[in-house]
Amino acid sequence: MNPGQTKRTLRINRQMFVRLSFFALLMFGFGYAMVPYYKKFCQVTGLNNLLQPDTVVSNTQVDKSRWVTLEFDANTHGMPWQFAPVQRSVRVHPGEMTQVAFEIKNNGGSTMVGQAIPSYGPKHGAPFVKKLECFCFKQQVLAAGESRQMPVQFVIDAALPASVTTLTLSYTFFEVPAADKKNASAPTVATGKAG
Amino acid sequence: MSTATHDAAHGHDHGHDDHAHEHKPYGMMRWVGSTNHKDIGTMYLWFSFTMFLVGGVMALIIRAELFQPGLQIVRPEFFNSMTTYHGLIMVFGAIMPAFVGFANWLIPMQIGAPDMAFPRMNNLSFWLLPPAAMLLIAAQFAPGGGAGVGWTMYAPLTTQAGPAMDLTIFAVHILGMSSIMGSINIITTILNMRAPGMGLMKMPLFCWTWLITAYLLVASMPVLAGAVTMTLTDRHFGTNFFNAAGGGDPVLYQHIFWFFGHPEVYIIAIPAFGVVSQVIPAFSRKPLFGYASMVYATASIAILSFMVWAHHMYTVGMPVETQLFFMYATTLIAIPTGVKVFNWVATMWKGSLTFETPMLFALGFLFLFTLGGFTGLVLSIVPVDVQIHDTYYVVAHFHYVMVAGALFSAFAGIYFWLPKWTGRMYNETLGKWHFWLSLVFFNVTFFVQHFLGLAGMPRRVPDYALQFAEFNAISSVGAFGFGLSQLLFLYIVLKCICSGEKALDKQWEGADSIEWTMLPSPAPYHSFTTPPTIK
Repeated sequence: MNPGQTKRTLRINRQMFVRLSFFALLMFGFGYAMVPYYKKFCQVTGLNNLLQPDTVVSNTQVDKSRWVTLEFDANTHGMPWQFAPVQRSVRVHPGEMTQVAFEIKNNGGSTMVGQAIPSYGPKHGAPFVKKLECFCFKQQVLAAGESRQMPVQFVIDAALPASVTTLTLSYTFFEVPAADKKNASAPTVATGKAG
Repeated sequence: MSTATHDAAHGHDHGHDDHAHEHKPYGMMRWVGSTNHKDIGTMYLWFSFTMFLVGGVMALIIRAELFQPGLQIVRPEFFNSMTTYHGLIMVFGAIMPAFVGFANWLIPMQIGAPDMAFPRMNNLSFWLLPPAAMLLIAAQFAPGGGAGVGWTMYAPLTTQAGPAMDLTIFAVHILGMSSIMGSINIITTILNMRAPGMGLMKMPLFCWTWLITAYLLVASMPVLAGAVTMTLTDRHFGTNFFNAAGGGDPVLYQHIFWFFGHPEVYIIAIPAFGVVSQVIPAFSRKPLFGYASMVYATASIAILSFMVWAHHMYTVGMPVETQLFFMYATTLIAIPTGVKVFNWVATMWKGSLTFETPMLFALGFLFLFTLGGFTGLVLSIVPVDVQIHDTYYVVAHFHYVMVAGALFSAFAGIYFWLPKWTGRMYNETLGKWHFWLSLVFFNVTFFVQHFLGLAGMPRRVPDYALQFAEFNAISSVGAFGFGLSQLLFLYIVLKCICSGEKALDKQWEGADSIEWTMLPSPAPYHSFTTPPTIK
């Protein structure tokens, strides 16, 4: 192409082009490799395991000396589902096993699959809410017009700082896209193993 | 049409072999089908300046809205779109192509090569840019307006945004392809096409910084392509990479994005270091102090840049150990950067300094980039960052390193090499005016933003509390002043090309790289067709 380029330069240039292109492709793959790596990392470190039961230290004592108010909040994201907690809030002692219920109803005209994602406030209180059983551990399938009451069983860790007197547990239901429906009727996570 | 282009390009190539050196094709086809590194470099630089004006107008819309509290000029959605595309266009459309333009013009001339290693791929890398820019601009007219998601394009906002997001994603894909091809070209040129005797450690530092930058690009650009591809498939093909309901995680996007995003910061900064490392020795009339340590410092910065990405995400809820790791790794970058700043200052030490426009811009770079580096250190400290994350302090910080860093260095480089490129001198008095106006208005615009950020003004919001009114008014005045000063730059460059005085072959007494010592001004259309011998 260029007068100064010999055949040899052309050959080694081409080799280098192939190698560098391969490296670029490899890095494209690396971006995707971060997905399973990130999942594994979160699993091992216990970060972000929103959809698995928490484990509670076995010799938890109920701390009768103080009360904590846990408020409930329920939302749906772009779904024709009616979703609300049975009771707005509960007052509990830290360490006390408590069960509450939420109600959902599918007001849409067809069977839908939803997944609830929990969220907590304040942020620094979040690690102390230990859910042992929750409807958010599996996808929920509701036929048109079907309604259901679902339990949440939790313990507030007695290690909760004394400054926190009120916590909020909020759920949002998202519609599960068709491509990602798991065998939703069977629990995807064994809820019995915790606690 | 495409056949015609192909034939023209073909004939052009044969023309090189058959005809005399000064033969060049005429008219539009010279540019459309050009495989000449100088033509392509020129096109990159003009494209970059055009995008700089487009992105600049967007910045002025932002500053006009922020001149007073309340909503006066634009709707909030449009404001968000402006902050997004201002960022994307300035980073991918203005600064990166500007330095690729420098690379095209200078690398073959500095290492004694006749052209880039892959001249046709070079043509393609450039001509991918205008369509990408058009997609970014067209996104403004998509139903629902531009995607106001921020240049970082965080999920889940991007997975829910309107059709403008798809145009933006495709633009990023195309820009990425262009950068990767450009980088492969640069690496191959530098490693394989140096003139005999031009050892790697004899290359001008500008070539070294580009070699390192090109590796950063090849390693990080594909990761960005992956991140936006995941966003695209989440939007349209039912995947759940970032969709919490389907088992994905929006925070994952931030990790992938910043794995690209932090090296990207150095992709912009390192060629700027290279330009300054050519300009400061030339006007100090001394060789660069600590050449080898400059090379090693640049390489260390590049390697470290892959290990610090999560310092952009201290507030997403990471464990404290992770925060500490990223904090220490980030502060570590101050060491090689400190080595570089020390070397530049030591180069000037006891030199015979003169202060022509390129030197002024290089000194402006040195002073303000270091200031931006210091605010970067402040931001790297976790407890501080948690307070000022996403405030105007961050905006001030990265404009000090992007504008006063990269852009000032690009100005320094353009004034420095303009005599070599055009064979004519720019007007020194006007050049100095351009520098002082830019320097003053830059600081008026951005220095006060530190105070706004420390007082808690959030970025990317079209309205603000009344207590921020004065500083915002000052900043907006500065921004308009800075924007108008750049029209002076356009005038200076055009005047230089059309009617500048004839430049000397070695216009700058202290310049010692071979494009100055071995080539006439203007540099011939084909240079070093027979390799020079480097002693």
